[in-house]
Amino acid sequence: MSRNAVPFAVVAAALCAVPFAAPGYKTSLATEMLIFAALAMSIDVLAGYAGRTSLGHGAIFGIATYVVLYTVTVAGGHPWMGALLGLCAATVAAVVFALLAIRTSGVYFLLITLALGMIVWGICLRWTSVTGGENGLRGSVRPSLLAGPVPFYYFVLAATALMSYAMWRFVHSPFGLTLRGIRGSESRMRTLGYDVSLHLFIGFVVSGFFAGAAGVLYAFFNSFASPATVALAQSVAALLMVLVGGVGTLVGSFVGSVAIISLENFVSFHTERWPMVLGLVFIATMIFAPEGLVGRARLMLARYSPQVRKP
Amino acid sequence: MHRRSFLKTTGLFALSSWARRASAADAGPIRIGLLSPLTGVIAAGGRELVDGFNLYWDQVGHKAGGREIEVVVEDDASNPNTALQKARRLVEQREVHMLVGDILANTGLAVAEYVKGNGVPYFIPVIAADDLTQRKRIPNVIRIAGYSASQSTRPLADYALKKGIRKVITVSQDYTFGHEQCGGFCQVFTEGGGSVLQQVWHPLNTPDFSPYLPQIQSLRPDAVFAMETGADGSRFIQQWANFGLKDKIQLFTSMNATDQSIIRTLGPEAEGVISAGHFCEGRDDAANKKFVADYEKAFAKLPSIYAFSHYSGAMWLAEAFKASGGKVEDRPRFLEAVRKVKLSASPLGREVSLDKYGNPIYDMYIRKVARRADGKLWNVPVEVYPGVSQFWKYDPEQYMKQPSYSREFQGIKKA
Repeated sequence: MSRNAVPFAVVAAALCAVPFAAPGYKTSLATEMLIFAALAMSIDVLAGYAGRTSLGHGAIFGIATYVVLYTVTVAGGHPWMGALLGLCAATVAAVVFALLAIRTSGVYFLLITLALGMIVWGICLRWTSVTGGENGLRGSVRPSLLAGPVPFYYFVLAATALMSYAMWRFVHSPFGLTLRGIRGSESRMRTLGYDVSLHLFIGFVVSGFFAGAAGVLYAFFNSFASPATVALAQSVAALLMVLVGGVGTLVGSFVGSVAIISLENFVSFHTERWPMVLGLVFIATMIFAPEGLVGRARLMLARYSPQVRKP
Repeated sequence: MHRRSFLKTTGLFALSSWARRASAADAGPIRIGLLSPLTGVIAAGGRELVDGFNLYWDQVGHKAGGREIEVVVEDDASNPNTALQKARRLVEQREVHMLVGDILANTGLAVAEYVKGNGVPYFIPVIAADDLTQRKRIPNVIRIAGYSASQSTRPLADYALKKGIRKVITVSQDYTFGHEQCGGFCQVFTEGGGSVLQQVWHPLNTPDFSPYLPQIQSLRPDAVFAMETGADGSRFIQQWANFGLKDKIQLFTSMNATDQSIIRTLGPEAEGVISAGHFCEGRDDAANKKFVADYEKAFAKLPSIYAFSHYSGAMWLAEAFKASGGKVEDRPRFLEAVRKVKLSASPLGREVSLDKYGNPIYDMYIRKVARRADGKLWNVPVEVYPGVSQFWKYDPEQYMKQPSYSREFQGIKKA
């Protein structure tokens, strides 16, 4: 731990300094990066530790966003009330998703979570009286305490730090080790007497809860929800962040989120063909660093300083 | 004495340098943030939007109201979340003085919500959602050179009644723009004594209309009103002809369905389709002809509604820059200037101005798709409805008491 203390302190200080070093638009960009890092991390909990890659987390995330906006702008509730309901709704959705999805693994898990996400998208698109259909829901939902961009940044930073710590604890707990065991060999874990389905169920719901928390932050950030918020593209974007950063590292989600969002912003500044550039970057990552940026960096470190990693 | 003159000169010097700095800031370029879907489902339209907007500024040498004009283009990716992010970036990082653009209603509404909070002027030559200039209007969101969704279909309904049509079926994409266009049509049509036999709502991007067309035929309407945009528009017109309905039932469409972006890829099946709109590329008018010729020369195709609206929108802004002496930093004054613009000699037709809700009052043309001398399809006017506002002949305050058009509420008068 002491080995990690210095870089950790540096990163923490850098994150705290963002509103001063990069005020204005860049702070809001940093806020967005943190929110998407939290979403990506929630996917990594499943993908990296339980070996279940979900394409439905964007929908769970979006459900929380929708519920916050609906509670505040349509029902006239308090933002914190909306946040609470958003979290509940996302958790309930995660429970439903989990019950249907944990029976499968591999590509089937991918497909069933994709299908569930598409159902949510379809509902948001067609249930016009509640979701506003194609036009979505709009309105200022941020609590007045956090109205300014700087307090809001610190709020998101604190929330994301808390969530990251919770997720880190979760995957490094005995429970998390069991998930890793399941990733390694489901049948062996079953033989050893573990209730695999229950573990996967809890893992999925916890991960969905964090996706929902990210969705609540996103509602505060964006003040807007539309079918695009729950669309497949959202899930895929977050999954790509995990892949670029490194699956099964948690930290990788931050790296991926920062890399993709800044790339998106930087490249679109220069060319309207930015989706193509992003695509090329993904392909390059898959060819040259299939273990993701963080995974690659760890491998390199291990190679050049073998004495650190002695068993 | 010395001391006093010293104070005087230094004071004057300080004052003059301050004044110089102030005027230097004023003389910097006016930065316009243009949001356009350059990627995503409506990317082709997005390209034309940018072309149309820039065409005007190129023609006037990127100058208006004594200042340089700088257009900063951002791609909204046809996605409201991206649109919002890009709007933030244009305002907060590029420090644009105003935002213009977007095509899809959801992207426009997202940006409108953002500018509601910070007062940045936002101009929407294409975003047609009725309530942006009606029940939920935002003072700094102004529809220069644009139209509200139900505005253009009301004259069309009136025209249909005059032609002796009494029974219609509406076919429409199932989203707000469709609900509002059909609502405007149905309300005027039924209040004038017509009846709506059925309303078909289909999802966006319907590849096949064959489930609907025989059903429509069996109900024997006098006419069909089809509200289609994008690829649905060309597919509907093609399949309408393939099913042999073309010469049996009169087809009316939204102005988007016979827009250049669609009919330039169609053949004889599109000829004779009637629509209503404020733009009519085949209209015989000097300003209009010049715009169409310039655009065709620059981009080798006839202009679509997106190019036209943003070209006219740019003209509108230029007028407002002139009227406000280029002082766009003074937002209330600048917005007032935009509202007061009376635009003449534009491709929009005769003098155009805004109503007090921020929506233009236009001459609306009933248009028919016909062949130009060189064989290209274009829309020519068959009748004109002068001075049509977004409220048609209704009293605005009274009108806004009725609910917004939706699938459930179409303003249909019970016989």
